[in-house]
Amino acid sequence: MAETKRRDLSHTPSFKIKTILGTGFFVVLCVIIAFPVVAGLLASFRPGTELIRRGLSIDFNFTTMTTANYRYLFGGNEDSRKYFMWYKNSLLIAVVSVVLTLFICYFVAYGLTMYDFKLRNLLFTLVIATMMVPFEILMLPMYKEVIALKLIDTYAGVILPGLCGASTIFFFRQYLSGLPKELLSAARIDGANEYYISVKIILPLAKPAFASMGILCAMGVWNAILWPLLVLKGAEKFTLPIGLNTLLTPYGNNYDVLIAGSMFGILPIFIIFLLFQKYIIDGMTAGAVKG
Amino acid sequence: MKTGKFLYSQKVAPYVFVLPFILSFAIFWIYPLITAFTMSFQKITPTTTDWVGFTNYAKLLKDKVFLLAIKNSATYMFFTLVLLIPFPMIFAVLMDSKIVKAKGVWKAILYMPALTSVVISGMLFRLMFTEYKTGQMNLITQALGLGTYKWLKNGWSGMLALLVLACWRWTGVNMLYFLSGLKAIDPALYEAADIDGATPVQKFFRVTLPLLKPTTIYVLTISVYAGLAMFLESYMLWAGNASPNNIGLTIVGYLYRRGIEKNDMGYACAVGVVLLIVALIINFAQLIMNGTFKKEED
Repeated sequence: MAETKRRDLSHTPSFKIKTILGTGFFVVLCVIIAFPVVAGLLASFRPGTELIRRGLSIDFNFTTMTTANYRYLFGGNEDSRKYFMWYKNSLLIAVVSVVLTLFICYFVAYGLTMYDFKLRNLLFTLVIATMMVPFEILMLPMYKEVIALKLIDTYAGVILPGLCGASTIFFFRQYLSGLPKELLSAARIDGANEYYISVKIILPLAKPAFASMGILCAMGVWNAILWPLLVLKGAEKFTLPIGLNTLLTPYGNNYDVLIAGSMFGILPIFIIFLLFQKYIIDGMTAGAVKG
Repeated sequence: MKTGKFLYSQKVAPYVFVLPFILSFAIFWIYPLITAFTMSFQKITPTTTDWVGFTNYAKLLKDKVFLLAIKNSATYMFFTLVLLIPFPMIFAVLMDSKIVKAKGVWKAILYMPALTSVVISGMLFRLMFTEYKTGQMNLITQALGLGTYKWLKNGWSGMLALLVLACWRWTGVNMLYFLSGLKAIDPALYEAADIDGATPVQKFFRVTLPLLKPTTIYVLTISVYAGLAMFLESYMLWAGNASPNNIGLTIVGYLYRRGIEKNDMGYACAVGVVLLIVALIINFAQLIMNGTFKKEED
């Protein structure tokens, strides 16, 4: 009854007007939201000095546009060499971080979900507890600690503290607790050992969770600023955001590289997002529904 | 062989699995947390470390710059809550309705800002809020006949720039949170409301809002944390940690300035401990809210 009523409604003129208004609202909102990035993209085809003089202006006059910034960025000169070194560093850190984080968090969550052992509840409480303290509070003692451990200005110093992400463990745990425990007992009867079961039987079932967390984690690492800013000292070790930040001087002498480099730096994340949108949203919103 | 068997037993395996967490927890959480407390009672110079009792805290209470940083962080947090909870919620309800077409496109575009590094978005917003007359904000004020304005040099407009940046980055993300919350609501409830002749407004306040409460509390919690601990947005908007008259200085910004830029780790850790206490108080308030919610549900 309700269904037919709704289907009929969709042909009425008032419903059509509502659809135009509703959709139109999001069109306007999206134009506003997309504006800064689109303006930045357009600006990247103009000389950097113009950015300083005029700000981010939208100018669709294609005849005055030039690919000079990009040609310079890819030109193999000193700036270009530096930029791609940062790019490579960011990629390296992202890949290593993501692979290690996923496996470590998976196994920790596996241990916390698949077994009943004495410390289980305590440990899970501790996982939650780590979420309740903002990282910024631990930043200075951790900085001193990393110096003491001789990890300052190393990638290990950047990567290690982030490997046991509480939210990643939490997500894997939620996912794994949805799997039937009989799988484990059946495999044990077949004579499989605990580690074999976790790797060969359960892990393949957790692939969607790996995808969600992998992408979210990659995005987080790619855009991380604060901790790498503290740990990395030498320009040859900088990640892309830290490197771009050094170009952000008040004098604006580097804006050619900065604007083109920024736009090219957004690219990998945008591509990943467009390819794996569904996984990202699943992973991100997992905590928001069940609380 | 014996140790091999031991490691493979069902009793020991869980401990092997959780071992990385225990190590990481000890090295990168509990130890720095305790150190943050002990350091806050110390005067630390590159060569010496002296216990000074509550001196750092006593100094903090009288530190006008610190009080300004707290005011800035609190103002920012307050307005992000006001702007980034109701509006994304309404957008999500609208997005979930039948009157919006091509939803996937809008969702993707609204999420894009969250993918952009703060270094890049901060630069873009700094250019839009420039004091020159060709900047976007000044183009708007000029069109309204108000003339140009030095956005990043005055307290209220600097805060406005930070809030516009926050709204730009998080509206889409929060909307997606609320959308996933809406998906979890049983459609039968709306059908029942329809049969009872409820208006859309009634349905929103009687069905949607109460059932979105877990999502709202989640978004509230992360927003409170993000608001209190905001630093990078300000750091990037003013290209460094120095805004004129500290108009963009936040609690974490002050911690960074004292600890890293001025190398006064003890004092900076006292700032951190104050931040932690505020965060925990808010967290407990949230837990109480969660608790009362569960009672209602039973």
